[in-house]
Amino acid sequence: MRLGFVLPILLLVGLALLLAFGLGNDPREVPSPLIGKPSPAFDLARLDTDARLTENDLKGRALLVNFWASWCAGCQVEHPLLMRLASEGVEIVGFDYKDEDAAGRQWLQRHGNPYRIIATDPQGQAGLDWGVYGVPETFVLDAGGAIVYKHIGPLTETAWRERVQPALKGAH
Amino acid sequence: MRRLWLAGLLLGFAATLAAQTPTQDRIEADALDPSQQQRYQKLVNELRCLVCQNQSIADSDAPLAADLRTQVHRQLAAGRSDAEISEYVTERYGDFVLYRPPFKRSTWLLWLGPFALLAVALLLAWIFVRRRRPRAVVANAPVDAARLQRLLDEERRQP
Repeated sequence: MRLGFVLPILLLVGLALLLAFGLGNDPREVPSPLIGKPSPAFDLARLDTDARLTENDLKGRALLVNFWASWCAGCQVEHPLLMRLASEGVEIVGFDYKDEDAAGRQWLQRHGNPYRIIATDPQGQAGLDWGVYGVPETFVLDAGGAIVYKHIGPLTETAWRERVQPALKGAH
Repeated sequence: MRRLWLAGLLLGFAATLAAQTPTQDRIEADALDPSQQQRYQKLVNELRCLVCQNQSIADSDAPLAADLRTQVHRQLAAGRSDAEISEYVTERYGDFVLYRPPFKRSTWLLWLGPFALLAVALLLAWIFVRRRRPRAVVANAPVDAARLQRLLDEERRQP
């Protein structure tokens, strides 16, 4: 009965490997079906000027689109990093998600404004079209306006260095 | 005192139950007819809420789930088909939102995996059972009836 002895051990090892693989996966990292596709169409009011913003305004250069809100705790976590990136010349477009304009403006006044353009998405419709399910989320757009990368949750130094920055560089 | 405690506990429990029932959405007045209502229930129970991933959007209280319920309701009222509505959601959030994902290249393992495991288990069981059988069979020795009778008689005589 060689098999009867070895098989349970093999099964156990297999199961352990499977579970280890499962543990290493982050269930929140839902792959976006929008990667490689043009950004969804939108026509939103802006927070910083009276003009409106559409998807066409995002074309012509690679940039980051960051969904944030004044009520969002994770946005404060990533905020210093966004400020630094902005100072280094990275163009970040902010979508103020399900927020009140006054609260959004106040938040930027208190913490600083890393955004070159800010659109408001009070109903969350643009967020829905972009497949956002929790702020903050950050998209990398190439010069043609296509989404090349999506980061879910607060942007970290590691995520920026290892994934977002390379995606942005490749998008020029 | 004890009874008061119990009453308080029950009351608190009832309150949490009430709080957990997803609030009926403040959906616009365009009511659905009974068949649309039925489709609405089916759809919202088969769409996963991405915020609390082990709940359907029917069960979840997350704002995103409420938004998606409103979308489903609005699109049903506008006469969209179930397939069109599923497509609307998967275009944005991927197949992951479907509790009943389509069968395709990225999901075949998900669909066939359990059956493959069952087949392997049955195969192993069959192998084990087959291996064991020869040992269980005891050779049928011819019975010496006269000797058996003698032994039984002997035993009866000296209890």
